[in-house]
Amino acid sequence: MTERFFSFLVVIPILALGIAITSFGKDTGYVAHGWIIVAFSIFAVKRLINDWGTAKSEKTLTYNDDVVKIGIIAAVTWAIIGFVAGDILAWQLAIPSLNADTSWSNFGRLRPIHTTCVLFGFAGNALIATSFYVVQRTSKARLAGKTMPWMVMLYYNLFVTLAVTGYPLGITQSREYAEPEWYADLILLVIWIAYLVTYLRTLARRAEPHIYVANWYYLAFIVVIAVLHLVNNLAVPVSISSPQSYSLFSGVQDAMTQWWYGHNSAGFLLTAGFLGMLYYFLPKAADRPIYSYRMSIIGFWGITFLYLWVGSHHLHYTALPEWVQVLGMTMSVVLLVPSWASVFNGLFTLNGAWDKVRTDPAIRFMMVAVLFYGLATFEGSFMALKPVNALSHYTDWTVGHVHAGALGWVAFLTFGAMYKLVPWVWQREEIYSVKLASIHFWVALLGTFIYVGSMWNSGITQSLMWQTYDGDGNFVYAFIDTVIAMKPYYWARAIGGLLFLIGGCLLAFNIYMTVQGPRARAGNAVAVPAE
Amino acid sequence: MSFSHQKLERTAIGFTLMILLVASIGGIVEIAPLFTIDNTVEEVEGVRPYTPLEQAGRDIYIREGCYACHSQMIRTMRTDVERYGYFSLAAESKFDHPFQWGSKRTGPDLARIGGKYSDDWHVAHMNEPRKVVKGSVMPGYPFLAKTPLDTDGLPDKLTALARVGVPYSADQIKDAALDATRQADPDAEYETELQERYGENVQVRNFDGNPEMVSELDALVAYLQMLGTLVDTDELSKEEVLR
Repeated sequence: MTERFFSFLVVIPILALGIAITSFGKDTGYVAHGWIIVAFSIFAVKRLINDWGTAKSEKTLTYNDDVVKIGIIAAVTWAIIGFVAGDILAWQLAIPSLNADTSWSNFGRLRPIHTTCVLFGFAGNALIATSFYVVQRTSKARLAGKTMPWMVMLYYNLFVTLAVTGYPLGITQSREYAEPEWYADLILLVIWIAYLVTYLRTLARRAEPHIYVANWYYLAFIVVIAVLHLVNNLAVPVSISSPQSYSLFSGVQDAMTQWWYGHNSAGFLLTAGFLGMLYYFLPKAADRPIYSYRMSIIGFWGITFLYLWVGSHHLHYTALPEWVQVLGMTMSVVLLVPSWASVFNGLFTLNGAWDKVRTDPAIRFMMVAVLFYGLATFEGSFMALKPVNALSHYTDWTVGHVHAGALGWVAFLTFGAMYKLVPWVWQREEIYSVKLASIHFWVALLGTFIYVGSMWNSGITQSLMWQTYDGDGNFVYAFIDTVIAMKPYYWARAIGGLLFLIGGCLLAFNIYMTVQGPRARAGNAVAVPAE
Repeated sequence: MSFSHQKLERTAIGFTLMILLVASIGGIVEIAPLFTIDNTVEEVEGVRPYTPLEQAGRDIYIREGCYACHSQMIRTMRTDVERYGYFSLAAESKFDHPFQWGSKRTGPDLARIGGKYSDDWHVAHMNEPRKVVKGSVMPGYPFLAKTPLDTDGLPDKLTALARVGVPYSADQIKDAALDATRQADPDAEYETELQERYGENVQVRNFDGNPEMVSELDALVAYLQMLGTLVDTDELSKEEVLR
């Protein structure tokens, strides 16, 4: 009863926002967004009245895996859309006429579709789904609430939908990784608090006295993303009739706030959240305990403390005060310690189970993910050094670095976890085809190597060309010469991305066939202690 | 260490608060002082809020996502300064809500693009960039010249900007739509009025070469042509030599 009250407390303001937008909005796209918000909210109200709340009393003895299933499907769907968008962008750089030179199809408007789909659509949904799964198992308790987890899932995906459909229409804040406009941001804020409350309420039910390490990371992810999202999106809307807003901060302060946000989206969404995933799925899949409890503690608090200091390394040699740049650089180097503590903790967990790396593609995915995490964090600390940054910044090297982390670490870990999680939640013996999963692994690995390798080459080549002087102290290359030199790398990158996309499709097919396949003979998912 | 940590692991709320505390420190130390230390953004002569037409152009720059490929930040390194001009000063982006410093140079930096090329060049380039610059990978924006600029919304936009701290006067807000049209006026009849209202460095002319209407291209070119021109950098270089 009280929970339904709180659920309506979430729905009604969002519904009111949607109605206000449909009534006062002027742009077509913005009004369409109003209708989408209304449609999602009417669906939520109907479900709240019908089955989410009333049907049967909450069965505290079984786990709630239905919401996890929806999260997995959402994550894979957004992943495919995001990979397709990313590869289209890659081809646009190789063959610029593919822009078609119309407003909605140009690179600048399509680019955030890719970043939002993979960051929030794929990674975000994967984290919400796995966190709901993990918190139940490690607490030996059912997910708190009959309706709230569904509200989180529904409205989180509304946020992603609004963001992604807005960009081609020109609805954007043009702040990297924070492009969604004020009304989408408000919805995410409300639903993120609901997510935190659901998570904490589930932990409060736990039958285990200690909170398991995976949950520390998921908690850090939820808490810090809430703070980052709130502060970085402080803005004044032009009016209710317009989707546009102006950020509260300007210039230097805005730049620093944005990169504090931008770098920590990588730090807490793409790192802390996924370390949570690692700390559950790797030991579970390998059937080995975590190597060191002490190293988990050092890794966790080190990352939680240090990450928030390093955003300023995105602003080296700019108008940002020098002391903030140096502080950011220093902390970036120190950050390598807790990062690699996690890497070794992950790898040593496989001691005694290394044979499974050869036989089980899911574990192979996760093992390689840890290696890529080690590579990307080393590279990140290295690029944060001011002299190195002078070479790497503004070039494709940064793009290569991000993708070493995003493809090699985040996506590989998620793929590995999914090949385990899907049979677990749908109660199947195992994934439909282990062989296909293995093919996915090699195709994705090849794609990642081609992608990252070509971006390292293009980045360093271009930067060196920018800095080449002749004997008289004049530049040897005009800017356009350095663009033309990128052509072969742009082609290679697009091909690497295509391979990665093909791998993603293999995953989707494998999941589909697993779900279509027969049930395992073992019984229901009962809340028995997970060892 | 592990003993006290085991205590912390027993309380979800305590653990959450601890995360909040530990994670806040970095941001508080690095960001808060930027708002309080005066010399973070030093006063520089010539810096002024954007005119309504320039701001409209900036909004188009934001709408199209130009930041994905262009930076607006000349770093203090020799190679940046010699290619793009005097390094960017904090004051030059103090009216930028949001900042557009960017993070990638698929195309060149634009912080001092103003005045480097003619209006005609910009018009031709926005229409067919890959014809004007051989080997370019930039998308074309032919639709901008054909789209009339929405000037009606400008007073609301300036009001919102005033709320976040841009010092627009009541008159500037009231006449925003009219001022935008006047800045793109082919005969520059109101040049003195606009310069009195916004500053001597306001450029008044028909930017897109089409006298029939004020287009989105007018606004975008007006914005590009003023980027980096507000501060007299020659004067700054002389001061630096004297120091």
